[in-house]
Order: sequence, then structure tokens, then C-alpha cells
Amino acid sequence: MFALLLVLAVWSLFVGVLDVELSGLLQGDREHLEVFLISRLPRLLAILCTGIGMSVAGLIMQQLCMNKFVSPTTGATISSAQFGILLALLFLPNSTLWGRAIFSFAFAVFGTWIFVWFIQRIQFKDVVMVPLVGIMFGNVIGGITNYLAYKYEMTQALSTWLVGHFSMVLRGRYEIVWLTVPLVVLAFLFANHFNIVGMGKDFSQNLGVPYNFVLFLGLTIAAMITASVVVVVGSISYIGLIVPNLVAMFKGDKIRGTLIDTALFGALFVLVCDMVGRMVIFPYELPIELIVGIIGSVLFVALLLYRLRHGRKAVRLNRKEGGVA
Amino acid sequence: MQVKELTKRYDGKTVVNQVSFAIPKGKVISLIGPNGAGKSTVMGIISRLIARDGGMVDFEGSDIGKWKSRELSKRLAILTQANNIQMKLTVRELVTFGRFPYSGGRTTAEDQEIIDRAISYMELGAFEDQFIDELSGGQRQRAYIAMVIAQDTEYVLLDEPTNNLDIYHATNMMKIVRRLCDELGKTVILVLHEINYAAFYSDYICAFKDGRIAKFGTVKEVMTKENLSQVYGVDFEIMEIAGRPLSIYY
Repeated sequence: MFALLLVLAVWSLFVGVLDVELSGLLQGDREHLEVFLISRLPRLLAILCTGIGMSVAGLIMQQLCMNKFVSPTTGATISSAQFGILLALLFLPNSTLWGRAIFSFAFAVFGTWIFVWFIQRIQFKDVVMVPLVGIMFGNVIGGITNYLAYKYEMTQALSTWLVGHFSMVLRGRYEIVWLTVPLVVLAFLFANHFNIVGMGKDFSQNLGVPYNFVLFLGLTIAAMITASVVVVVGSISYIGLIVPNLVAMFKGDKIRGTLIDTALFGALFVLVCDMVGRMVIFPYELPIELIVGIIGSVLFVALLLYRLRHGRKAVRLNRKEGGVA
Repeated sequence: MQVKELTKRYDGKTVVNQVSFAIPKGKVISLIGPNGAGKSTVMGIISRLIARDGGMVDFEGSDIGKWKSRELSKRLAILTQANNIQMKLTVRELVTFGRFPYSGGRTTAEDQEIIDRAISYMELGAFEDQFIDELSGGQRQRAYIAMVIAQDTEYVLLDEPTNNLDIYHATNMMKIVRRLCDELGKTVILVLHEINYAAFYSDYICAFKDGRIAKFGTVKEVMTKENLSQVYGVDFEIMEIAGRPLSIYY
């Protein structure tokens, strides 16, 4: 998977309207080098960070909420982050990217906390209810966001953050997305804690793991990862939902074992979607959100159907008795 | 371990009322009683899962609330029914969590040895790479017990370990409880609904009624017609089978 990602990553660097060729780069052609350094490389890095970040955020949220259908999209994290950006645009019109990011971080974290506090208060019997409540909550926040945007004529400005796309990623205005890297590393360090908390409150207390602290730490990490992606790229749905689910089907739920796979697969998924978006109507490009939405929803339905048919049985590639389930 | 005047209220209703008893070391102690008698709440309080409203739990010389959670989890393990069984963890990964209080995420060679022993002690060797959500109820329960064994605590608390198990698996579970005490020297405290399991496999019985201890003593002392009728409010007959008092209720 890593090798495949590497090949595609390099390839993606040479996909675009302006011709950039390896020979030109090696000869030190200034124009080629500039396109490469200002646009192509930042774009690739943003894609990788987005893919890794969103899928890891989804993985953490699913584990902590003990629900396979919770993700930054279905947990109100993305819409809260957007709400934060709008408020920053409204009240601090001259705010820098960092200013908006801080607003977005604060709201994403806060929104996710409220959501989780809510679903813990009301113990839902049905697993599907939790994401439904999350979607509803997210839509309420989204509604407020839209209302305020209309009222203050900010819809145009806001649309950049509503539909995720990488075409605005240029050097100097995407670096916040790098924050996902230390956050993902932090998530990896706490992987076992998240696993234990995911087993339940009694279970974690028995092992001396402070349940509430780890729960809120994990949610904060997930929300900050999401917010740093939303600020730069905009909302990208489905990745946080689908990637961890697909990986867990093959690899199980032990976070230490699946985190790297989840991150790699997430990066690969976003990269492929972005390249499709760039090539389908070349020389124009489609926003990544559209491509991810199409591929993601198809995969999601397939996943649901698979679950219905096979229950929660894992796909086993190397079962000892032979044969693939 | 000693419990002194424990009290717990939910919404103004007292569910545990001035409960005091001392837990004998190295024995199996069963907490029995009708629904809502407070036995599970007492279990929750002495394992620090539930906060109390009054009284104290003296654990090896100091109050249980003063213990560091991690230190306590090396001495006392609690298994409840409220675990997430949706999780796709292998048996081995689950048992490995038992070593978490000792070495966090990084297990040592010694930890691995302890995990191996716990798995083979529970005869789970053939399943160790299977996901726990694919196991039968009995196997899964054994996997949890293996984790508790790996946790290597002196006290083991089990909340209704026979719940949802058929007669075969429930009886095996009780035999395991006995072995935990006899072979591994642990003090096992369990909440049970089946009085006869309590009578046959434990050393002491603590019977609860209306948030108070109705009777605490050895099996022979507690398992009398009068005691049980008083606790459960139905008629009992006590018979002796294999040198143990067993009850019939109707």
C-alpha cells in the first residue's frame, strides 16, 4: 500500500494544466520549479495530510463513541468548524488564516464535545440513532451558519469552506494542515488508551485508565485534526466514515495495528479521488468533495449491504482453513 | 478489605443503607439477593466504579478512593457485563490489555509469558487469534477472565458472571471461579442470581435485602430455610447434596 501511495504521489505531482516535467525540474527550469514548489508540492502534501487526518479522526471518533457510524461528518465536527470560520469572518473580518483556524478549532472541539455529551446522556439502544442525531445536530449548526451567512452576505466567502477542494492550496496558505501530523502522532501514542476507553467505562476504570480524560482528549484530537483540514481545504465528508470501516473489516479494531493502515489508505483514497477530479474534465477540475461524495457513497452503500449480508464477520485474507470469507 | 457503613442514594432513594462487612481473604464470597437489593451497587462501590454517598471502603489499610487508579488495578480487578462486545479485538489483544496497568502499551517478554499462561489456563489457545465478537458467549466470558488473570490481581470482582450463559457454560464458569480461588489464591467476590451456584461454589454468602445486609456468613450459616424465605419472600426447602446445602424454592 505504501509503495502504491508513493507511485501515485509522484505521478500526481505531474498532473495539471501547466506542464511540469521531470527533465525541466532537473535542469533547474525556473518556471517549472515555481509551479512545482508553489502549487504541486503543497497540493500533494495537503492531500496526504487531509487523507491521513480525516481517516484517523474518524477512527478515533468511532472507537471512543463505540459506534461504527460516527465520524467528523456525522458527529457535527465539520459543521461546527465551519460555523467557527464564519464567526471569525463576521467578527474579525481582518483575521488571518491563523485567526480563523483558532475559531474553527475552538468550535469544532466544542461542538464535538456537546454531541458526545448528548449521546452519553441519552443512551440510545439503536446504533443508527447516534449518527442520525449527529447529522441532525450538524444540520442545525449548518442551518445557523447559512442563515448568518445570508444575513451578512457572506455566502460567497463561506462557500470556499463548504465544499472541499484542493485547487486553492498554494504555498503560504495551507501550512495549517501540517498540524495533522503531530496530532496523528499523538493519537498513535494514545492508541491503546483509546482502545480501552472504546471497550466501555467500567472496562477502562478496571485497568486504571481515566475514562473521561481519555475520551475528551481523543475527541479534542479528532476535532482539531478535522478543523485544521476544514480551514485549509473545506469540508470533505465520508473519508472519516469509510476508510476506518474498510480497514477494520480486514484488520480488526486494535488501533495500534490499524492506525498506520488507516492513515495510508486514507491518503491513498483522497489522492486517487483528487487525481480523478483533476483528470475527468481536464483542463478544468472538479472539487474533491464531489468525487469523494460519489465514490464514498457507493462504497458506503456497499459496506452497508455487506454488513447486512455477513453481519459483523471479518474479511479474513489468510484464514488457516484456507479460503477467503 | 473492609466495608464500613456504606450508603448510596439515587434520586433521594436509598439503595444501599449502612452496609458493613469484612471480606475474608482467599475465599469466594457471593453476594445474593432479589433485584434492587443493592448487591450490584455494593460491588460497584467496592471496586471504585460507583461513587458512594457515605461510609468507607478500607482496602489494605487505606480508603479505596485514596488509591491511585493504576496501583489499584494491579490489586483489584472488576468484570462487569457492560463491555463493548462489538469491538473487533482478538482474544490475545484483549488478554494483553490485562497487562496495561503494569507496562502500558509496551509489553515485556515477561508480560507475554503471563499472557500465554492466562490464555492456556482458560484453554483459549485455539481461539487466541479470533475476534471476540465471533466467539460464543461462554468463550467470550472465558476470554475476559483470561484478561483478569493476566491482570494478576489479588482480588477479582465479577458482576453476574453467569448471566446469559446456558447451564453448561454457567457451571463451567463457576468451576473457573473456584479454581481462581483454590489454584491461584485469589479472593473472588461475585454477584449471583442463582442461589444454588452461590451455595455450591462459594465459601461465604452475603445476602442483601432492601439495601441492607440480611445475613452474612458461611454458606451453611446463610443457607437456611428461614434466612432465604426472609430475603426472597418465597418458600424455601433446603436439601443437602454432596455435603452442600442446596435450595428448592416454589
